Amino acid sequence: MTLTTGRTAGSDGIAIRRRRTPATPYLLLIPAVAALLVGLGYPVYWQIITSLQEFGLMQQFGAPPEFIGLDNYTRIFTDPEVWSVVAKSIAFCLVNALVTVGLGLGLAVLMRAVPGWVRMSMQITLLLAWATPLVAAVTVFRWLFDDRNGVVNWMFVQLGRENLDGYNWLGNVWTFFLVASLVVIWMSVPFVALSIYAGLTQVSEEVLEAARIDGAGSRQILWRIIMPLVRPVIAIVLLLQIIWDLRVFAQIRLLQDAGAPISETNLLGNYIYELGVGSQDFAGAAAVSLFVLVLTMVLSGPYVRYLMKEDAA
Amino acid sequence: MSAVLADTAAPAARTGERRPVRRRRIRPGKILLSALGLLMALVWVFPVYWMMNSAVTPDAILGADTPQLLPVSFTLTNLRSVLTDSGFLNALGMSVMVTFLTITLVLAFAFLAALAISRWRFRGRTSFILAVLFIQMLPAEGLFIAQYQMMSSLGLLNQVIGISVLYVAMLVPFTVWMLRGFVAGVPIELEEAAMVDGLSRPRAFLRITFPLLAPGLVASGVYAFLQAWNEFTTALVILPAESAQTLPIWLRSFLSASANRGINWAEVMAASTLIAVPVIVFFLFVQGRMTSGLVSGAVKG
Repeated sequence: MTLTTGRTAGSDGIAIRRRRTPATPYLLLIPAVAALLVGLGYPVYWQIITSLQEFGLMQQFGAPPEFIGLDNYTRIFTDPEVWSVVAKSIAFCLVNALVTVGLGLGLAVLMRAVPGWVRMSMQITLLLAWATPLVAAVTVFRWLFDDRNGVVNWMFVQLGRENLDGYNWLGNVWTFFLVASLVVIWMSVPFVALSIYAGLTQVSEEVLEAARIDGAGSRQILWRIIMPLVRPVIAIVLLLQIIWDLRVFAQIRLLQDAGAPISETNLLGNYIYELGVGSQDFAGAAAVSLFVLVLTMVLSGPYVRYLMKEDAA
Repeated sequence: MSAVLADTAAPAARTGERRPVRRRRIRPGKILLSALGLLMALVWVFPVYWMMNSAVTPDAILGADTPQLLPVSFTLTNLRSVLTDSGFLNALGMSVMVTFLTITLVLAFAFLAALAISRWRFRGRTSFILAVLFIQMLPAEGLFIAQYQMMSSLGLLNQVIGISVLYVAMLVPFTVWMLRGFVAGVPIELEEAAMVDGLSRPRAFLRITFPLLAPGLVASGVYAFLQAWNEFTTALVILPAESAQTLPIWLRSFLSASANRGINWAEVMAASTLIAVPVIVFFLFVQGRMTSGLVSGAVKG
């Protein structure tokens, strides 16, 4: 905003600018828009069309696709298996997002309370965990939870839980999701903790000083002053976490390789993968994909609005 | 907490008493919190430590009943055998090519777009920004079947160019958003001053504005590197052939391949370490910007 006012003095500035440079910004956008149209626009268009068509084996062998309206959607969304996948995905996503943000908030508050060298070691280790590539992280967790030589089973045995000797964590649906949650949480807490901590450090010292003079105790300061001030940060990271925890295809897929019951551990992304790549049901996969895209768009609304506000500022 | 301490120290300083500065009283609550903080640090570092520790331990020792918590049987055998594995080298080459092409195109495209939206107010600007912000949230899972179909009908499966195009589309939105901030941070007056001094607009831009944008381009480039280097979901679908695997996909099949004859965890961890180390180094380099980019201004409102 300041840039434009700086460039064009006078109330008719906009008109002048338009006349002087009508095409340049559009030309500058061409490559980016072209890339988006090819890489994302066309696939979305294809999905919309395909989800309205019969796209079975006959079409695989060259028969022209047949337009069947919303039949694919009725077929997919009356399938109890789909709803079980949707329910599992949403539960997995909400539980992980809430635990992640809760833990992250706890760590951020803890970082404020501890001496500098403890805080520094917490920050460094969180950064290391955050930086670890997804595939490497999931692979390490498979090793930690390995049934034969994993260090987790060994630790349980040392603690007297002999019954967990050789326990196959990834073979059972519930413990599979437990391990998956641990990976997801371990990987996402650093971002949340460091973001909230950054928010906490921005709470001005004068405000805290004033509260202290008014006789507020440290607990009151935490809950009555600091928490309300960092609530916007918490809201944003919670929203981002919910959106990100819906897309855990890679984590689930990599853990399933350890011999998990695939159809029972599939979440939305994995279900789409099975449907499309596995069963070649492209119409069904397209319908579920669009459902995921729309769900993400709806959830992203508040975040986008928040970023737009920042752009206007 | 440090503020509290400063608080109590202040009156003493003002009255100018010469008695030695009161030593911090050690409160049990504080010790407990520190212990908790260190425990948390330990929990978060342990998987990374365990990956690296296992990478330098012989596989036979990893298979023993009692794990060795310290790298006392240090060896480079695992790392060496991964580094000479032809699959690893092939995947490394693939990853380097895909990442390089992606970074180049993303930076070029996003930079031009960032210039457009931060230097001009034009019709459609807001819609473009809205679209960009929504698109960057879209999950690969919601698109990969269609992308697979598209690339397969174009004959671009298992090709560097095919996957790179998808990565460019995936990364352009966030990069535009990131660079927009950097471009807006360079005052146009600098450029105009140079033009008053006789430089043409392109030259003024190249000589004055562009150098100031270099840190932004580097940060965005590193961000694109991290994303392209680590990407798993799209690569799994678009690069099904073994010869076209990028490193994340190769690591997965390396693990699966050894599963039949009992996983060689030492080599798998060596491979994980080799993939992770460059990422960790680059990540630490840009992380400050990543946190502030995503949530900056949330407190100041």
